[in-house]
Amino acid sequence: MPQAEELKRRIETAIPGSAADVVDLTGGGDHFRATVTSPAFEGKSRIEQHRLVYDVFGDEVGGPIHALSITTKATA
Amino acid sequence: MTEPNTIRDAIQQAIDEHPVILFMKGTPDQPACGFSARTVAALQDLGAPFAAVDVLPDPRIRQELSAISDWPTIPQLFVDRELVGGCDIVTEMYQSGELAQALGVEQPEGVEAPSGEDAAPRPMGIENRLG
Repeated sequence: MPQAEELKRRIETAIPGSAADVVDLTGGGDHFRATVTSPAFEGKSRIEQHRLVYDVFGDEVGGPIHALSITTKATA
Repeated sequence: MTEPNTIRDAIQQAIDEHPVILFMKGTPDQPACGFSARTVAALQDLGAPFAAVDVLPDPRIRQELSAISDWPTIPQLFVDRELVGGCDIVTEMYQSGELAQALGVEQPEGVEAPSGEDAAPRPMGIENRLG
């Protein structure tokens, strides 16, 4: 079962210079909210920013990660 | 002989034919997921007409839709054939007024998030309450 800490670590590893805050919304290990800040988002549309985060988890989103709510912020 | 991909074609056709179309779980009257419900609420609050497709009756709808859009989750809102986003993006855009702009409607006065600005988009369902 994915854990919030594990998701945070994977996001921060995969997206350069990012800081992630991940919350397990239900405590059930399958609905998460991620707030991610990274200079990699600079100049990208929201769709592209969120795709970068979804791409970290691939097919797991919709599978073991039932829902991943995302908020992204670009920082320099 | 290769089967024509009729589901994908039907989805693409629906996107092409409707200026505003929402792929969701359930129907606007009876959303089957909290994220879909919030997205419907934002659209309805703006009074923007939209077409809706329920992805639940056949898992292939969701599969083919994600293949077309390169977006893994439901709901998905398309405006003028372009993916606008899912619940998070639609809600953000609703609050900022960008959604009204994208839909070509007036932003209502004193707009707030359909269910509170910082309320977690708590998914509906009972599957997590027993664990």
